[in-house]
Amino acid sequence: MIEFSTFKLENGLRVIHHFDNSTQLVCLNILYDVGSRDENPKKTGFAHLFEHLMFGGSVNIPNYDEPLQRVGGENNAFTTNDITNYYLTLPANNIETAFWLESDRMISLAFSEKSLETQRSVVIEEFKQRYFNQPYGDVWLLLRPLAYTTHPYKWPTIGKEIKHIEDAKMEDVKSFFHTFYNPTNAIMVVAGNTTLEETKLLTEKWFAPINGKIITPRNLPKEPKQREARTLTVERDVPLDAIYKAYHMCKRMDADFYAMDMLSDILSNGDSSRLYIELVKKQQLFSSIHAYVMGDLDEGLFVISGKLVKGIKMEDAEKAIEAEINKIKLQRIEDSELQKIKNKLESILVFNQMNILEKAMGLATFELMGDAALVNNETERYAAVTANQLQNAANKYIQESNCSTLYYLSKKK
Amino acid sequence: MINRSIVPSSKEIEQIKLIEAAKSELSNGIPVYTINTGSQQLIKIEILLNAGSVNEHKAITARATNSLLKEGTKNHSSSQIAEQFDFYGAFLETDCSKDSACIALYSLNKHLSNVLPLLSEIMYEAVFPQNELEVYLQNSHQHFLVNNQKVDVIARNHFAEIIFGENKYGYRTKEEDYTNLKQDDIKAFHKSYYLNNSPTIILSGLIDDTVHTQLDSLFGKSAKTKKQQHAGIQTVSSLQQKHHIDKADAVQTAIRIGRLLFNKTHPDYFGMLILNSLLGGYFGSRLMSNIREDKGYTYGIGSGVVSMKQTGYFVISTEVGVDVTNDALKEIYYEIKRLREELVSEEELYLVKNYLLGTFIRSADGPFELANKFKGIYEYGLDYNYYTQYIESIKAISSKRLNELANTYLQEKDLVELTVGKNN
Repeated sequence: MIEFSTFKLENGLRVIHHFDNSTQLVCLNILYDVGSRDENPKKTGFAHLFEHLMFGGSVNIPNYDEPLQRVGGENNAFTTNDITNYYLTLPANNIETAFWLESDRMISLAFSEKSLETQRSVVIEEFKQRYFNQPYGDVWLLLRPLAYTTHPYKWPTIGKEIKHIEDAKMEDVKSFFHTFYNPTNAIMVVAGNTTLEETKLLTEKWFAPINGKIITPRNLPKEPKQREARTLTVERDVPLDAIYKAYHMCKRMDADFYAMDMLSDILSNGDSSRLYIELVKKQQLFSSIHAYVMGDLDEGLFVISGKLVKGIKMEDAEKAIEAEINKIKLQRIEDSELQKIKNKLESILVFNQMNILEKAMGLATFELMGDAALVNNETERYAAVTANQLQNAANKYIQESNCSTLYYLSKKK
Repeated sequence: MINRSIVPSSKEIEQIKLIEAAKSELSNGIPVYTINTGSQQLIKIEILLNAGSVNEHKAITARATNSLLKEGTKNHSSSQIAEQFDFYGAFLETDCSKDSACIALYSLNKHLSNVLPLLSEIMYEAVFPQNELEVYLQNSHQHFLVNNQKVDVIARNHFAEIIFGENKYGYRTKEEDYTNLKQDDIKAFHKSYYLNNSPTIILSGLIDDTVHTQLDSLFGKSAKTKKQQHAGIQTVSSLQQKHHIDKADAVQTAIRIGRLLFNKTHPDYFGMLILNSLLGGYFGSRLMSNIREDKGYTYGIGSGVVSMKQTGYFVISTEVGVDVTNDALKEIYYEIKRLREELVSEEELYLVKNYLLGTFIRSADGPFELANKFKGIYEYGLDYNYYTQYIESIKAISSKRLNELANTYLQEKDLVELTVGKNN
C-alpha cells in the first residue's frame, strides 16, 4: 500500500507526493505524456532522441548534470512507445536543486546545435550497439512492422532506421518541445523524506510560473483487426534458430489485460511454468522460451519467443507451442495453478515497491492511466480473475489468424 | 520573479548512518547476520559459501553445481521443487562467481515457513540427476554460443585472461567444457563445498524471531564443519601490450584498457576508487564528457576498479563505432595522460566528492542494499570501520594525492589494450 496526496497547479501540472522517512533520499520523477507513438512516421526515433537533448542544457542552466552531481544527486530517463520518463534521486536536504533543474527544462531548452549534433551520433551508436551489434538485436525492427500495419507501434522507440536520426533538424527539436513539453502534459511525483508542505511550497515556487498549454488530444490511427496469419522468415549469422509469435491483444487498462498477463505467467514465469517444463525440460525442443505481454497503453501484443535446441526442426518446435496454447484454450485451469499465479503476482508487486524510485514511477504511470490510486489495486485486480476469464481471453486473442510469426534462422554456412 | 540562473543553496553531506548487521549463531556455529529493516513484509535469505570456481578442479564445475542444486533432491524432483517455490511466490536465485557461491531466497514473510525447508533440502540433499545435468549442459552450451557473438562478452573474457594469466581468475570457458563435465565431478564438488563446508547466512528485510528458530532447526542441527579455504591464485599478466580479436561483421568495436591492480584491503584502494570515478566512474566523468558528450563516438564509456578476494583490476570499457575506433583510443589515452600531468581543479574535485557521498547513500538505501554493503566487507574480513574510512578518504583526498596515484598506477606502459571488432 503506497500512501500519497495529490494536488494540481493552475497551469495543469499534476503533482503526487509520497512520504517515506525510512530513507535519507528524495526522488523526483516527471513523466511526459509523449512517446514514440506520437512521432511523424517520416521522422521516427524522435521522442527518444529528444530525451537525450533534455540533458544538453536548459534556458537558464547551461549544464544539467553538473549541478545535480555537485549536490550528490543522480538521474536518468527512458522513452517507450507511450511515455518519456525522467527521474532523479538526491539527498533529501538538497531537494530544491531538483525542482530548480526540472522546472527550468520544462520552461525551455538551450537548443544548442552542438548538443544536437553530438546526441545524434550518440543515439546512432546506441542504435548500432543494441540493434545491429547483438545476435537477434534486430528482432523488433522486423516484428513490429509485421504485427502493425497502421498504428505507430509499428516502429520501435529507437526509430525505424538510422537515417531518421541522421536527418533530425533543430526546427524539429523545437517544434517537438513546444508541442509536448509543458506542465499540462506532465505528471510529477515527489517521493521520499520530504513533507507535503515542503513539496507544495517548492512546486509553487518553481513550477507555478510556467505557462500551461492546451494539449490537442492524440488521435492515432487505429490498427485494423488482423484477419489472417502473417509470417516473415529471415536468415542471420546467429548460432540458433529462433521463433517469435506476436498476437494482438487489448489495451493496458482493459479488464482482459490482467487475464492475458496471467496467461503469460502460466506459460513461462518460473521453473514450474508450462512452456518451461514441457518444451525445455521434457521435450527439449527449446533452450529458452518466454511468453509475455508488452504492456502498451494502446492495443498491445502478447508474445511467445524461444530459441530452438540445435537440430530441432522449426516445424516441430512451432507445433509444440501450438499444442500448449491449445491446452490453455480447451482445458480450464486448475484452482491450484491459478492460485500459484496469483501468489506469484502478489509477491512481484510487493518486491517491486521496495524503494522510492519504484514507488514514484508506479504512481506516475497509474496517474497517466487514469488514477494514481489504482497502483494499490493491482493485487486485487489480478486476484479477481477467474479460470473462465483466462480461458475466454486465451480463445479471444491467442489465435493463429491474429498472429505475426517471425522465423529467425541461423544462416547455413 | 525568481532568478533561475542562481543555483539554490545546498548542504554538504555530513552524516551517513549505516544500519549494521547483527551477528548471531546457529547451534552448530554457523554464523547468521541479520539486517532487520524495510517497509515491506518481505525477506531475503542468502547462503554464502566458499564454493566459487577458484576451488574447482574441472572447468564450470562450481557454476554447474550451484545451478543444479534446485534440479532434484532425494525426495523431490526438479519440477516439484520449482512448483513449491512458485506456488508460494518465492524466488530462488543461484549465483556463482570466481570467488564464492550464493543461494538466495526471496519470499513474502507470510509464506516463508513454507519454503525455507526446501532451501535447506536443496543445499544438503541435492542429487544432481543425470538427465537434468544433460539439459543444463545443452542449454548452457547454447547460451554460450549466443553470448560469444557479442563483442563485449568476447572482450570481457579475453581481458581477464590477459591480465590474470593462466589460472582460475583468468580462465576463459571453452566449448568442450560443456561435454567434459560429468555427474561425478559435480557430486564430488557438492560434497566438499556444500556438505563439508561452513556457510554464512545473511538475512535482510523485516525479520521476526521465528525466522531464526526455523533456521536453527533446518541448518543448525548438522555437525560442525570448517570453512573451506579459498584456493590460491598466482597471477601472470601478459607481457604483450596490445591485443586484437577479429570479428569481421562487427559494426562497433569493443575496447578494454586496464591493468592488474589490488583489492579493497590495499591502502591505495580508496584513492584509486576516487581517481577512477573522476576518469570514468559516473555520467559526468572525463571519459563520458569527452568521448560521448563531446565527440559522440559511443553510447557509453566507463571505467571501474574491481576488487576480488585475492587481487583486483582496473578497466576502461566501451563499444565505439568501427570507423572511430582509433580516434576513441587516442582520446582515452589522452584523458589518462591528463590525470598524470595536470592537477584536478578544486571545482571538479568538489563535485566528484559530493557525487560519491550521494552515491554511497543510494548504495545503502534499503534492506537488500544494506546486505550488499555487509557482504562487501565480510568477504574480505573487514568491519564497518571500512566504510567510515571510505567516507573520510573521500572528504580528505587532495588533487595532489590523486595526481600521485595516477603517476603510480596509470602509466601507459603498464596498461594493456584489447580491441574486438573489424581489423583496421
